[in-house]
Amino acid sequence: MRLEPKPAPSITVLLLYPVAAILVTLVIVSLLVLAAGASPLSVFGLVAKGAAGSQFALLETLTRATPLIFTGLAVAVAFRAKLWNIGAEAQLYIGAVVTVVLGTGALPLPAGLLIPIIAIAAMAGGALLLLGPALLKTRFGVDEVVTTLLLNFIVLLFVSLLLEGPLKDPMGLGWPQSPKVIAEAQLLRIIQGRRLHFGFIIAIVSAIVVWIIMKRTALGYEMRAVGHNPEASRFAGIPVNKVLMKTALMSGGLAALAGFSEVSGLKGNLTLDLSPGFGYSGIVVAMLAMLNPLGVVVTAIFVAGVFVGADAMSRSAGVPSYIADVMVATALLTMVTAMMFTRYRVRWR
Amino acid sequence: MTVLRLTNITKRFGPLVANDAISLELASGETVALLGENGAGKTTLMNILFGHYVADEGTVEAFGNTLPPGDPRAALNAGIGMVHQHFTLADNMTVLENITLGTEPLWSPRSGRRSAGARIRQLSSDFGLAVEPSAQVASLSVGERQRVEILKALYREAKILILDEPTAVLTPAETDALFKTLKMLVAKGLSIIFISHKLAEVMAVSDRVLVLRGGKLAGERRTAETNRAELAALMVGQELKAPEVKPSRAGEPAMILDRVSTKGTGFRLENLSLTLRAGEITGLAGVSGNGQSVLAALIAGTETPASGEITIRDRRVAEWSPRAALTNGVGRIPEDRHAVGSIGDMSVTENVIAERYRTDRFSRMGFLNWTAARSFAEEIIRDYDVKCPSPDARIRLLSGGNMQKLILGRALDSEPAIILANQPTRGLDVGAVAYVHGRLLAARERGAAILLISEDLDEIQTLSDRIIVMSKGRLSEPSMRGERTVAQLGELMAGHGLEAA
Repeated sequence: MRLEPKPAPSITVLLLYPVAAILVTLVIVSLLVLAAGASPLSVFGLVAKGAAGSQFALLETLTRATPLIFTGLAVAVAFRAKLWNIGAEAQLYIGAVVTVVLGTGALPLPAGLLIPIIAIAAMAGGALLLLGPALLKTRFGVDEVVTTLLLNFIVLLFVSLLLEGPLKDPMGLGWPQSPKVIAEAQLLRIIQGRRLHFGFIIAIVSAIVVWIIMKRTALGYEMRAVGHNPEASRFAGIPVNKVLMKTALMSGGLAALAGFSEVSGLKGNLTLDLSPGFGYSGIVVAMLAMLNPLGVVVTAIFVAGVFVGADAMSRSAGVPSYIADVMVATALLTMVTAMMFTRYRVRWR
Repeated sequence: MTVLRLTNITKRFGPLVANDAISLELASGETVALLGENGAGKTTLMNILFGHYVADEGTVEAFGNTLPPGDPRAALNAGIGMVHQHFTLADNMTVLENITLGTEPLWSPRSGRRSAGARIRQLSSDFGLAVEPSAQVASLSVGERQRVEILKALYREAKILILDEPTAVLTPAETDALFKTLKMLVAKGLSIIFISHKLAEVMAVSDRVLVLRGGKLAGERRTAETNRAELAALMVGQELKAPEVKPSRAGEPAMILDRVSTKGTGFRLENLSLTLRAGEITGLAGVSGNGQSVLAALIAGTETPASGEITIRDRRVAEWSPRAALTNGVGRIPEDRHAVGSIGDMSVTENVIAERYRTDRFSRMGFLNWTAARSFAEEIIRDYDVKCPSPDARIRLLSGGNMQKLILGRALDSEPAIILANQPTRGLDVGAVAYVHGRLLAARERGAAILLISEDLDEIQTLSDRIIVMSKGRLSEPSMRGERTVAQLGELMAGHGLEAA
């Protein structure tokens, strides 16, 4: 079995293959649902209903999508330049830590000033965290997959240390959690009484800004060039290492915004379960979107919908909500495979 | 007796027909040369024979048995051995390990090292392939590595040996040794397919010549009954006309390397001095891998001098980088247009602005002006006669010649005072070669100082006003046009008569 390159794919192929990928995903997941003793059609119906069947469900999905948009953008930006940032999870937590440190009363400023300051500081924190692995990569050739991945555990343990020590809420009855951020540091809710907050708007704006940077600016051009062919880029005079540094700053900053928006907009304080793996899911989101910043918004909402919908479904149908993980993972595999088939054909002999 | 028969082999890659109904027969004890320009389909044909590709039509028969398509192991078992242009050896293993790799049963408790070593020594002495079985491949010279490749095939009892451009990396003396070995192999009854685009070698080594052109069989001749001129005409499909080169008068020094040494991990240059003069083409001859790529990188700015000085138009250069080279007026045509000269998955437009996207013409406040970029691409496409569907096409889709024209346009459009042309015509068809040569000569006429690096001695001799030979990182004294014969240049290429600087 071998792969042979195909000439440039037509538009129909580019549109049909993803649809085929989704169908294949549904078939595979159906088998698992059958194995769990439920009817696939009703389970899919319940997932869809739980994700978007009511205003409440839809807003819940968008709330869940917000951090995924940030981490998805972080990964999309980094992967575009072939900087393999697997550490969005750690950068998210650093963003959350900065938010708590500055937002619990240390800076007595009005909301209009305080929130931008916290957001920028959080971004700086995440950016600096990724700068380390980027420097190790460009200076010494240390594999950033390893360094960024392992930093996730270091940072999580560091947060745990903070929550048992300096950041521990004195009123928290001994739970490892930080105090709540003050009212001036909280993002407003978009609809009164619902959980969807302005972090979602910031996420959408970020996606548009990142898209403009990638498409229209010299920096975006440099990042794409470095990602496609670093050697040719260097030869043409593109400062490859500098571009990788800028990419790292951007990527780390975006991931940190996820932590900022979760704390300031939703949870109010920092706990060790702030992120159920948003950093890792960001990789899935970015890959499904084929690293397109606007596509990230769509796929983040899709992935969030699957998770939110599966939660609702498992309560009524009795199929474990882990089916959501399977569904997202299968979708990723089929999508990546479908994309490969748009460019290659398989020869069996 | 016919040992190998290819019948009507056809292979298409999309719209491109790489092999068009090609048939070939090989008798035992015969050496057949497969002659053709790069892109004529020689390598594709051999890859089909060896099972790396599956032919769309046609069959391969070895010793009377049809080989299953797409199965290299079947080809190996049938006694076909291939020596690739780019060696397939593991650097960190010994010669013996490389040769026996894949020949031993996977679950055998112990490997028959001693008997393998004895057999390799026997084969070495039988065929003049001197190499020490226990030596590590990383420590071997290019010529020795090629011998290991041949031994590898013989060890597997190959009866048919395919050599793909075997002399590209050899000095003239090593080439002679290889030819002696080939004669011995044929005397023992082996059959050889010798792939080359060099006429002299084909004449020297083969019994029969098959000429491929544009994927088709253009002609078949007995070597004894033909001559170089006829083969050349068959190969390119037209009479070859050498470009007319008027003698030039060299001007002021445009770029001076003064006792430059490089650090780096690979090949190092030590105390190398070189002067490029305005209005003159300096040809750098030499067997590849003798330091040309480091010297080219140095001039292109991707390598920085560890000591010594670079002077450009009487000004000593302080900072040296690709961007510094560009701002100092060095136009660069890289050796590898796919890996270094272009970004395959980006568009023609994105590729042509790669060296100057930061200038006012193409960007303002960090935002790119894609309209200006596109019109620049259209300008290059028009001025340099590039055939491409649109400026938005991915550059990967262009043919080698058109890609090179685009790179040429990118490098020469700003009329640089210094031009580095590293293997500028490698792999191009005749028309594109003539075009590139014409452009380089035109640049010389307007006063550019040009360094032409090429493995093709004919090209060097035709274009260069001054020839320097590089061997083992050292440069020879320059000779003027026509001053040294090919034999003298060959001696220098082998490293004879080069003083340590």
